[in-house]
Amino acid sequence: MAVAEVQTSPQAAQEKTSQEITWHGIVLQTLKRNDIRLVPYVPDRVLTTLIKNIHADPFFTTFPTAREEEAVGIVSGAWMGGMRGAVLMQTSGFATLANVLASLAIPYQIPLIMFVSERGTLGEFNYGQSLVCRTMRPVLDSLAMEHHTCTRLEEFEFIADRSIKQAITTQAPVALILSPLLTGGKTFDK
Amino acid sequence: MNTAINLPARNTKVMNRFDLTSRLIKKLEHEEAVVGGIGNTNFDLWAAGHRPQNFYMLGSMGLAFPIALGVALAQPKRRIFALEGDGSLLMQLGSLSTIATLAPKNLTMVVMDNGVYQITGAQPTPAAAVADIVAIAIASGLTNSAWAADEEDFERLIDQSMSAAGPTLIGVRIDDKPGVGTTRRDPVQIRERFMHGMGVREPL
Repeated sequence: MAVAEVQTSPQAAQEKTSQEITWHGIVLQTLKRNDIRLVPYVPDRVLTTLIKNIHADPFFTTFPTAREEEAVGIVSGAWMGGMRGAVLMQTSGFATLANVLASLAIPYQIPLIMFVSERGTLGEFNYGQSLVCRTMRPVLDSLAMEHHTCTRLEEFEFIADRSIKQAITTQAPVALILSPLLTGGKTFDK
Repeated sequence: MNTAINLPARNTKVMNRFDLTSRLIKKLEHEEAVVGGIGNTNFDLWAAGHRPQNFYMLGSMGLAFPIALGVALAQPKRRIFALEGDGSLLMQLGSLSTIATLAPKNLTMVVMDNGVYQITGAQPTPAAAVADIVAIAIASGLTNSAWAADEEDFERLIDQSMSAAGPTLIGVRIDDKPGVGTTRRDPVQIRERFMHGMGVREPL
């Protein structure tokens, strides 16, 4: 469990026992609240429970794609057809997206919503992952894209819900980076 | 085995992209969506006569089919056509399996196969001499895939796809002519007009 999930106040602890608040539960509920039904993904270990729960909920149309770029194309088409979507991926998958962000999502003003499970930092064991992680924020910044690194459970719903609404109303993509501080990440012993 | 797979492609007539695109557009009577891939594929779609239901892709090579899949999932009652080049499709072969798995019956895909990257100087694709796009599609799970033997066969396959029980892929062999028009490269207008055409938005 991530440090961020440790609750301090007795009231919060009580709420937690009645219905445990998790980062993946927040993602699922926030997607629903914003009527985001289409969720293509390229999986990540950290996203396992989220993906399983989205599959189990008939509200969603969710499926794996062969590449992250493909998923971006699908949700872009769906948006233009009147259906909202979001893409789930990990850091190395984001690294394949510079072309589609610069040639489709941004210039066509498509509110592409991305949840990126962050690998490559805070205990990474694969050198390649740690290197590719360093390309993510420079790419986002070079395209002046909205992005947030989500680290704390108590802030997460606010960030996710507001960012989704902002993406849709401003017709601009957003990347929500799920830090190991929020998710626990993937560690060598797994 | 390769020979057997290649035979139908070799026996198909070499046709023309603009002519085939025009034949397709002429058939459309129900505000069907048409997604054109990068370069010549959408240039010829533009040249065949702009309609608000046309979407022109200006980059993101290989994503015509995924974009069309998204539209097809969002609007299951509307027929969606997607036009893609062979070189573009090679960039995103995995998408064929995704489409086969989701199996939207309102999606018709056309692959314009000239074996070259026409727009960059007509260099052959790595697949040109060895691979069969329709065989790849079938092996990817798109069982309703076929080469069009000639223009009449193309029109017949298009008609058939309109009432098919699953997604259809039509391979057409085309010449190495460039597109006959040039799409106005205004991505925001293209997207906005397309959304009007899809009935998702009203003009301001």
